[in-house]
Amino acid sequence: MPLYTLISKDFYNEDARDANWYKQNRQGFEGAEKAFEMSPEDIISEVKTSNLRGLGGAGFPTGIKWGFVPKDSGKPIYLAVNADESEPGTFKDKYIMTWDPHRLIEGIIITCWAIKAHVAYIYIRGEYVRPYEHLQRAIDQAYEEGILGDKVMGRDFKLDVYIHRGAGAYICGEETGLLESLEGKKGWPRLKPPFPAVVGAFGSPTVVNNVETIAHVPEIIKQGGQWFADLGCEKNGGTRLMCVSGHVNKPDVYEIQLGTPLYELIYDHAGGIVDGKKMKAVIPGGSSAKVLTAEEADCDCSIEALQAAGSMLGSGGVMVMHEDTCMVKALQVITSFYAHESCGQCTPCREGTGWLLRTLNRLLRGDGHPSDVDTMLDLSGNMQGTSICALSEAAAWPVESFILKFREEFDYIARHGRSMVAEKQSVPA
Amino acid sequence: MSEASETFEFTSQNLERCQDYLKRYPTKQAAMLPVLHVAQEQHGFISKEVETAVAEVLEVPEVEVHKVVTFYTLFHRHPVGRHQIRLCMNLACWLRGSDCIKAHLEEKLGVASGGTTSDGKITWEAVSDCMGACEDAPMMQLDKDYYDELTPEKVDQILEKETA
Ligand SMILES: Cc1cc2nc3c(=O)[nH]c(=O)nc-3n(C[C@H](O)[C@H](O)[C@H](O)COP(=O)(O)O)c2cc1C
Ligand code: SF4
Ligand code: FES
Repeated sequence: MPLYTLISKDFYNEDARDANWYKQNRQGFEGAEKAFEMSPEDIISEVKTSNLRGLGGAGFPTGIKWGFVPKDSGKPIYLAVNADESEPGTFKDKYIMTWDPHRLIEGIIITCWAIKAHVAYIYIRGEYVRPYEHLQRAIDQAYEEGILGDKVMGRDFKLDVYIHRGAGAYICGEETGLLESLEGKKGWPRLKPPFPAVVGAFGSPTVVNNVETIAHVPEIIKQGGQWFADLGCEKNGGTRLMCVSGHVNKPDVYEIQLGTPLYELIYDHAGGIVDGKKMKAVIPGGSSAKVLTAEEADCDCSIEALQAAGSMLGSGGVMVMHEDTCMVKALQVITSFYAHESCGQCTPCREGTGWLLRTLNRLLRGDGHPSDVDTMLDLSGNMQGTSICALSEAAAWPVESFILKFREEFDYIARHGRSMVAEKQSVPA
Repeated sequence: MSEASETFEFTSQNLERCQDYLKRYPTKQAAMLPVLHVAQEQHGFISKEVETAVAEVLEVPEVEVHKVVTFYTLFHRHPVGRHQIRLCMNLACWLRGSDCIKAHLEEKLGVASGGTTSDGKITWEAVSDCMGACEDAPMMQLDKDYYDELTPEKVDQILEKETA
């Protein structure tokens, strides 16, 4: 299947940063115009029909999430747009905010109309200084043009959109960590339920959605939920941005129709493996997703297909490793991240990630013991289903899958004190 | 390095920015991160005195500010160099040679990751977080900007141009 350009058409097009250009050339804000003629219920049902699934990682059906907002809580309702983009291997939301910010703003307007929110916060990671500046300029222009503010597009509808800058903490991408951070606290995730749609920011119902999820909303409203659903595959509608990185010739962001084969993405679109090497492994959905062997990766990009393959499509971050990659070292790189980012609230996660990292460090130093490999497997088993948020599992899955699928490399280093794979890491010319 | 000063006061312009942030949220505490960002921009790092001033603006106990400052990695608690480098060591960058860039920076700057050059110009750190730019690996952030597809030679050019 060829690449599709539903939301990526204007990446690298500076003109698209202007609201008026977006209006004149992309039927910009016509989705919002149309939405204002629809009832919130009709919009939600259109989004349900579209089979739009959350693109932040969990893949929850967006229309269903919006439907969870209680009708008459008497409290204000908020939209929190998740622009934390900190799942390793993920870099797509940056493009939307940098190059097509008005599409995001239009998606926010439609979403807020549908869930009856009058304030939206965009939680952007602190490192994204330039994307923040571009997005803020677009928001400022939207206020000047009457697209946001007391009378959104001349309607009797008030909407304020604020960017909230994070300050370096992966855990603030987790939706309840994000809400805590928005409230001016440490980003410690909350126990669920209650879910944010019922009790979210400031004790009020809050819909948390990823940037890309929201950016798809205008076209769904313009062209219809069924049209969007038909672009994708069963239960997983439309297109999505895939981030391909690692040992490929053309690492980049690619918009595909759901159901496109993963091999096609890696070999045709991303140009195949560097130096004509063989592919060894792929992490298909951000570093929290289980690693796939090259054979297992011969499947389609859809939430269902990747689940069937034993992993997940997650955030769309495809990290490709070729034959010379030392899987022990790769796992150590991933694990040092989780050990650093565990917020420390739950013992299995805090202690488990630290223990795993120390064990991997020992193996790599050549001081390992053959029993270390099974100990790591046990440990990663104990880190699942025992904690407040999914970071604990996100840290355990790579360990489990790397060891199960590349066991001989772990056993070898534990026994011989050196890597089985000649490390041929080199800087590309 | 920035002077460790005994006192801290928001400039009137920055105080106005803080007041503006406060209007965006239903609680005062929610303006914590934006106000801390303003404070760090002005002072270079978050000292005890800065925490006190931030607590005053937000009308929260100082301990609330302290808890937040110590949780988030982008807030500095000690003076730092005029320029800051964060080199990504996560998977995509490692697969494309970040180890070699790290060794180069260590040698070039004459100080280990986490340290500041002897002239106080540059503070640098090799970080475990992915910075959301894996398509450009290996990469680093220098102050506000990202720098792509690094090689030792490219790093030298960047340092010369941006931190001269
Ligand atoms: C540890 C952790 C980190 C996460 N980081 C992000 C992130 O950076 N961006 C994001 O959109 N979702 C992230 N999520 C998923 C969010 O919790 C949430 O499911 C998502 O923002 C909902 O939006 P969606 O339904 O549109 O995908 C993370 C989840 C976990 C457990
Ligand atoms: S699972 Fe880990 S990151 Fe999540 S709340 Fe518990 S300690 Fe924090
Ligand atoms: S791994 Fe370095 S930017 Fe993602």
